[in-house]
Amino acid sequence: MNTEYIGIIVTYGLTILLAIPLGKYIAKVFSGEKTWTDFLNPFERLIFKLSGINATKEMNWKEQLKAMLTINSLWLLYAFFALIFQDKLPLNPDHNPGQTPDLAFNTAISFLVNCNVQDYSGEAGVTYFTQLFVLMFLHFMSAATGIAAMMIIYKGLKQRSVTTLGNFWNFFVKSITRFLLPGAILVAIILAFNGTPTSFAGKDTVITMQRDTAQISRGPVAAMVAIKHLGTNGGGWFGTNSANPLECPNYLTYMVEMIAQLVIPIALIFSLGFYLKKMRFAYIIIGVMTIGMLMLLIPTIQAETHGNTAIAAMGINSANTAMEGKEVRFGIPATAYWSTQTTVTSTGSACGAHDSYMPMTTGMELMAMMVNCFYGGCGVGFMNYYIFIIIAVFISGLMVGRTPEFMGHKVEAREMKIASIAALLHPFLILSFTALSCFVLVNFPDIKWVFQPKNWLGNPGYHGFSEMLYQYTSCAANNGSAMGGLTANNIFWNVTQGIVLLFSRFIPIIGPVAIAGIMAQKKFIPESPGTLRTDTGTFGVMTLAVIIIIAALAFFPALAMGPFAEYFSMK
Amino acid sequence: MAKRQRKNSLFQGDLVSEALKYSFVKLNPRLLIRNPVMFTVEIGTIVMAAVCWAIIFKHDTSQGSLAYNLAVTLILFATVLFANFAEALAEARGKAQANSLRKTREETPAKKIVPVGEMYVDEVQIVNSSELKKGDVFLCEAGDTIPMDGEIIEGLATIDESAITGESAPVIRESGGDKSSVTGGTKVLSDKIKVKITAEPGESFLDKMIALVEGASRQKTPNEIALTILLAGFTLVFIIVCVTLKPFGDYSLTPITIAAFVSLFVCLIPTTIGGLLSAIGIAGMDRALRANVITKSGKAVETAGDIDVLLLDKTGTITIGNRKATNFYPTKGVDDFIFIQNCLVSSLADETPEGKSIIELAREKGAAPPDNFDLHKATLIKFTAETRSSGVNLPGGKQIRKGAFDAIKKIAMEAGNSFPSDTEEKVKQISSNGGTPLVVAEDKKILGVIELQDIIKPGIHERFERLRKMGVKTVMVTGDNPLTAKFIAEKAGVDDFIAEAKPEDKMNYIKKEQAEGKLVAMMGDGTNDAPALAQADVGVAMNSGTQAAKEAGNMVDLDNDPTKLIEIVEIGKQLLMTRGTLTTFSIANDVAKYFAIVPALFILTIPSLSVLNIMHLKSGESAILSAVIFNAIIIPLLIPLALKGVKYRPIGASALLRRNLLVYGLGGIIIPFIGIKLIDMLLALFMK
Repeated sequence: MNTEYIGIIVTYGLTILLAIPLGKYIAKVFSGEKTWTDFLNPFERLIFKLSGINATKEMNWKEQLKAMLTINSLWLLYAFFALIFQDKLPLNPDHNPGQTPDLAFNTAISFLVNCNVQDYSGEAGVTYFTQLFVLMFLHFMSAATGIAAMMIIYKGLKQRSVTTLGNFWNFFVKSITRFLLPGAILVAIILAFNGTPTSFAGKDTVITMQRDTAQISRGPVAAMVAIKHLGTNGGGWFGTNSANPLECPNYLTYMVEMIAQLVIPIALIFSLGFYLKKMRFAYIIIGVMTIGMLMLLIPTIQAETHGNTAIAAMGINSANTAMEGKEVRFGIPATAYWSTQTTVTSTGSACGAHDSYMPMTTGMELMAMMVNCFYGGCGVGFMNYYIFIIIAVFISGLMVGRTPEFMGHKVEAREMKIASIAALLHPFLILSFTALSCFVLVNFPDIKWVFQPKNWLGNPGYHGFSEMLYQYTSCAANNGSAMGGLTANNIFWNVTQGIVLLFSRFIPIIGPVAIAGIMAQKKFIPESPGTLRTDTGTFGVMTLAVIIIIAALAFFPALAMGPFAEYFSMK
Repeated sequence: MAKRQRKNSLFQGDLVSEALKYSFVKLNPRLLIRNPVMFTVEIGTIVMAAVCWAIIFKHDTSQGSLAYNLAVTLILFATVLFANFAEALAEARGKAQANSLRKTREETPAKKIVPVGEMYVDEVQIVNSSELKKGDVFLCEAGDTIPMDGEIIEGLATIDESAITGESAPVIRESGGDKSSVTGGTKVLSDKIKVKITAEPGESFLDKMIALVEGASRQKTPNEIALTILLAGFTLVFIIVCVTLKPFGDYSLTPITIAAFVSLFVCLIPTTIGGLLSAIGIAGMDRALRANVITKSGKAVETAGDIDVLLLDKTGTITIGNRKATNFYPTKGVDDFIFIQNCLVSSLADETPEGKSIIELAREKGAAPPDNFDLHKATLIKFTAETRSSGVNLPGGKQIRKGAFDAIKKIAMEAGNSFPSDTEEKVKQISSNGGTPLVVAEDKKILGVIELQDIIKPGIHERFERLRKMGVKTVMVTGDNPLTAKFIAEKAGVDDFIAEAKPEDKMNYIKKEQAEGKLVAMMGDGTNDAPALAQADVGVAMNSGTQAAKEAGNMVDLDNDPTKLIEIVEIGKQLLMTRGTLTTFSIANDVAKYFAIVPALFILTIPSLSVLNIMHLKSGESAILSAVIFNAIIIPLLIPLALKGVKYRPIGASALLRRNLLVYGLGGIIIPFIGIKLIDMLLALFMK
């Protein structure tokens, strides 16, 4: 085995090793046990006092969601106007212009919802002020929103029969002060010391070896790259994201960034085990997620390391490698590993060019985002998985001849209605908006828009279809990665993506929280020998089967017409 | 036992023809909309019929040949009919079962007692049973058929209930007690009773049950509603998949025919479970009815499947009838034969079941009364609560007494006789073995002790073991003292017991378990059981029980069989399992259908996708036809499973899930691959 593989195995191993103690620590923070970070208590109390919040007041699930939606709407307005008027605001050494309203609409929503689709390029589309105080600020806020919402569900799973499930503000503030902020500071310091720029100076001018003059963008990059990974956000400082060597200077920063984007989603599942004192349950979930991740990673590595028949057909001996679009410094497996992890989590950062990957890789990336719960984003990954658990519990409960129940609470019509809507929404948004873009492209290619639909796609055929499918899948999964090749900074894409983003963020949060809230109010049923245990391998297999079947059934034709048609035609 | 003949054949000629008729009646969209999955298939059929019409009259050639489109239309139509047939057949079977019960209550003349003034006088009017109303009182004498359900208000009678229960032995029903209910259609064999009608005509339990089976008043149960929602969710997903396929096809310059769209859609939506869902529910109640249990709602049957705790009366359920003599233990120095003879003599006048069993056992051991013994000259001493003993005084002055240990001991001690230590030892031993010791004394001198034992029903231990594996806790309710109760509980294998039980103890136990979130089932017959029956989640009243008990429970057992609860629990579990497994099967089927239809859609425009045609189906049209044909015929093929139910195995929830997942999940993925391929091979013979 060569060092390229050892590198990613060590990176993954370190992630798990870090996730276990972190999970234990997070469980302690939220169950109010003593931790070494309790010295922050006065600081948090000051925040609550300044904001006039009573963080000890127990809230029911409706109050929680109201708090969550209110504060998110305020940030949306703030971000939208700050981006439009950024040219009038300070910290703009490169004199970048304000964003157009449709771009600002897209960008504000995109960062608010933890997606970070970027229809602009960081070097020219935003200023240092908006990078730091809008985009990086939302990196923290969106991650904490997801974690706080997830904590409401954890609380619901732990309680026997309650109407209130903790306090949203408490969960929200503590996820920032207790691990997002300290973790981001740590990662930022490592990045800064390895060469990631940390300066407020404007562009630098260098003379390249070809004696050309080049402008190099700079800024306080390290801080943003740290939280972009830790909060599974993915919106980078530069247009080319972490493929820009200044965002990821060497293999150490590669490992740190990889660990950072994976560690919190995994730690949150471990924390569920510690919090509920049901470690087996957590291990089974981690197991299912890991198997799912490997089912995507292995074909990706396989596809990328076996050359490109299209290049070979041109008479170029590619020696079984397809280096186009790869992170050439770290090699193919490292690039493949990044592409899988960034799509299974909702990070969406990139260290290569997704448009250049093999069609099988594109298929795997799409599937990762279509499933969107093999680890998933901060908090929301578990919430998506929770919906699948509810469906799996329901079907398997019936299969063993008992009214389905989960964690001592019956799963009935109302929960199934919400779970069905939540599970339905993802394919609905992806398929219907991809269909809409196809419809516009086919029927109105020459419509009198500033940017005509016929010019959207950089590639024709199956690949072009994949690009459009990828764009909406990435939005619906709140992932934020883009295949490239598609020119998305125009009114059609900015607006439609914004709509997809808003729905696909908040309904999958509202749904699971509502289910957890309703179920927690029900009568508690103690476990009996007839109860279907949810912490067994059998149930894990059942959940995996439900996830695969639902994703496969909903997306089979779309995947067949995009990446798989391309894959088979390259054979 | 001469049980009423249980019809085992699923497809009886007369029922099938009736079901066929109703399959067409049910095509009415207003009826079909209750089933969203099949409703969409009906819409698909109408769309396809319109396509055929366009081909015939407008000579539209863009949609393929008429034969192909007509074939798709007919197969879709058959799919709806098959689903309707499944439901109609389940209804017909339920109705037939109910009718055989209803037959027992055809028009019979009734001797109605007409009240005159304030008093009921015996003025009897012969009226038709249909003219009787709630509150009316009628008279029944030997040979009369009881015209309607009611409660005996005066008298006692032996009644032949074989029309209802299939049990040929007559039973005794009398006013006042817990066995005061009579059922319409049963026959009075002796004596005379006055009966008051307790339910309006058409509102008796049986009428309610028939209405439930006929579907008119059948309410969907909570589980069924939740499942329908999930299935509607899947249907919506596939609507989206099929609608979006049109612009996708336009992008890749692939023309997709309406027949292909409709076929893909119908194949993907869960038609198998959607078509069989209501049949499964009706069949569940029908199975209950076949077990001679009348349920007041479909929900009660399902709840039975969730039961955590089962309250069972000891007598009749766990043990056979009453205690029986099993052994004679004479005191040291007393002759074995003499002792047994004395026991026999002391019991000759004893009418209690215990007394009779002593005589039986003594005769078995070869004992007979002494030659000069004349029962008529002996004075019988009856058992009283004060003396707690009984016996005889013989003409020669000899007194034989038998009774409880302390009662006889007192008699002996007062006479100055000691209590032999070996017998005292024996008494203790019998008690700790769960038996009842009966001490025998002759002229206030201890002769020995008789051991009485409860006889535990054979096979009951295994049944409780089965229940335990299902996750059901069994609780024995008995009037015995805690020591005896504990012994029997252990021997029978129940998990818990309530000793020296009073009616309110049952109630308290149920409330305690329910407070912990458990579901409790119980069976009862007496009026004092009524509150507990009402409190229990599943209360099964015996048909012989009082009206109050029957009103309070949510099921009535016509057989009066206390072990019936076990059967009911399994019926409930079977019902849910059949739904779950067929849902899994139905959804797993979609994988193969995708592999059949998707390559067929793009056979010309994306030839590389023919790699996905792993079944090597002959042509695009034959692939689509094979998939819809498979989709249609799987429904009638699964009707037997839907009606009989998936067999429940008490092997633990996880093992059961593993098993069903393997059989219906994996099987559901593999079977359609084989089925579609076979149909395609068959079609290839006709399509050249």
